[in-house]
Amino acid sequence: MTIEASLVPPQSRRLSLAGDLKMMVGDAATITWRNLLGYIRIPEAAFFSSVQPIMFVLLFRYVFGGAIPIPGMTYVNYLIPGIFVQTVAFGAVGTSIGLAQDLHTGLVERFRALPMSRSAVLAGRTVADLVRNVFVVLIITGVGFAVGFRLHASVLAFIAGLGVLLLFSYALSWGFALIGLLAPNAETAQVMSFPILFPLTFASPAFVPVSSMPSWLQGFANNQPVGVVVNTTRVLMNGGPVGSLAWKAVAWSFGILIVLGPLAVRRYRRAS
Amino acid sequence: MTEAIYVDGVTKTFGGDIRALDGVSFSVEPATVFGLLGPNGSGKTTLVRILTTILRQDSGIARLLGYDVATYPSYVRTLFGLAGQYAAVDENLTGRENLMMVSRLNHIDRTDAQLRSDELLHQFALFDAKDRPLKTYSGGMRRRLDVAAALVAKPKVLFLDEPTTGLDPQSRNGLWEVIEELVAGGTTVLLTTQYLEEADRLASNIAVLDHGQVIAQGTPRELKANLGATVLEIGCIDLATTARVVEILTPLSSHAPHQVANSVEITVDDGPRFAMNALRLLDEEKITPTTFSLREPSLDDVFLALTGREAEVVPEATDSKAKKKGRRRDR
Repeated sequence: MTIEASLVPPQSRRLSLAGDLKMMVGDAATITWRNLLGYIRIPEAAFFSSVQPIMFVLLFRYVFGGAIPIPGMTYVNYLIPGIFVQTVAFGAVGTSIGLAQDLHTGLVERFRALPMSRSAVLAGRTVADLVRNVFVVLIITGVGFAVGFRLHASVLAFIAGLGVLLLFSYALSWGFALIGLLAPNAETAQVMSFPILFPLTFASPAFVPVSSMPSWLQGFANNQPVGVVVNTTRVLMNGGPVGSLAWKAVAWSFGILIVLGPLAVRRYRRAS
Repeated sequence: MTEAIYVDGVTKTFGGDIRALDGVSFSVEPATVFGLLGPNGSGKTTLVRILTTILRQDSGIARLLGYDVATYPSYVRTLFGLAGQYAAVDENLTGRENLMMVSRLNHIDRTDAQLRSDELLHQFALFDAKDRPLKTYSGGMRRRLDVAAALVAKPKVLFLDEPTTGLDPQSRNGLWEVIEELVAGGTTVLLTTQYLEEADRLASNIAVLDHGQVIAQGTPRELKANLGATVLEIGCIDLATTARVVEILTPLSSHAPHQVANSVEITVDDGPRFAMNALRLLDEEKITPTTFSLREPSLDDVFLALTGREAEVVPEATDSKAKKKGRRRDR
């Protein structure tokens, strides 16, 4: 038996960079819409995921805060930027859980068999989580002002601080997307996230000055990504010279995106 | 004419040593239903995942409408629809939103997507529930929505992986009718199933898959004819009598009689002659059957004969009936 060659798809259906890009953006928008609807349909989840950071604010402001002297500023002004970063870092776990769920309910299997962009599922998930983070950050801002946070920097600098924060949260989402794709199920995705999150958020200047930590830990706390972003947002929101800090924070965010983003997409293509 | 689906020598191994597909070959003519039959773990789903570009085969050729699946996966994805083993639908969206999402991901513009979604909701009797979140849907409704989602882009080839598993008889019949309409309209359907009745009713050709190999292939009629036999069913008054009938008839037949509750099933080569002999012997023993009938073998019989599974088989009883008299296969 002679085997005929495969037919070749019509030219118009093959690669064009502009067409691919348009498809990628459109598909990512569809997936974002679908994920945001998911958040809106479960208001309980949105409610309780903002209760946790609020409780952290109250805990540190009124319970621990009195025992933590900060030279040159009130503890609440020291705390709020740290809470911002801690909240978006913990929120990134949602990215890994959501993705693990889609993967194991068969939905991703359907997406894989559709003529859609390969990266849209991840892009749509991370963009939806960015939108969610904007809301959470707004809530924390309100709570912060309510418990005594006062703006000493310009409004512009405060907004720049939020910008650095949201850029970092978006980069983290991609990292946690990778965890979601590696996890065998949603529950495991959650427990896999914490050994990474805990050292990063607590061995950092988020809640206490690093000067109280042993010297070997100080180096880590000040230079690891969460620490750098906490220091940057804190300076931007309280006024003072930012110096090279902001560049370090932006570099960490882009570094995470550039390294873990493609790894996540690669893993998505392969995961079954 | 180009085959709608063409598979030649496809192999797939998982984790180095688990051979899921071991040289599978078949082709499917356009506008027909092809039934892929086999027990759990026989490789049906693996093959569907290869044909739908989700997995890549280790070797062999797989083509859809003439296009190589591994070479042109993104183009091939525009040609087929897939409804997988579990209903792959989004719990947080309504039925209509689910269809809209899949339409948009198929790059159908918004207006057409809305028309198409409503059309499918009507066709699958989901229109009244279209704005309800999926959490309120029954299993059957989810299944129907899943199949509807596979049809949004009016695909030329439709893959249905065990589409009626877990459906009530009414929903199952409804889905069968939809499939028949689609095929009449020119769609090619590849259907995997464990239900022989389903393959018998819908498929014009069937391949039986077992341990990753096609162990039989043909039309339902051919498969039954290849078994080369009729089935004699004898109903008895009680279990003791049934056991006695098995004992009496075992020496007569080249296939082992097989007891199902109060009745005996025997696959026989020469039906009428065997029936006469059987009746005479039973009469001598003063046994009067409650029912006595000859029928064509069902696909169940074919499946059983080919895979030797399905029923809980007492191994010795299958081949060496002479040595172990009275042993029988019970369900």
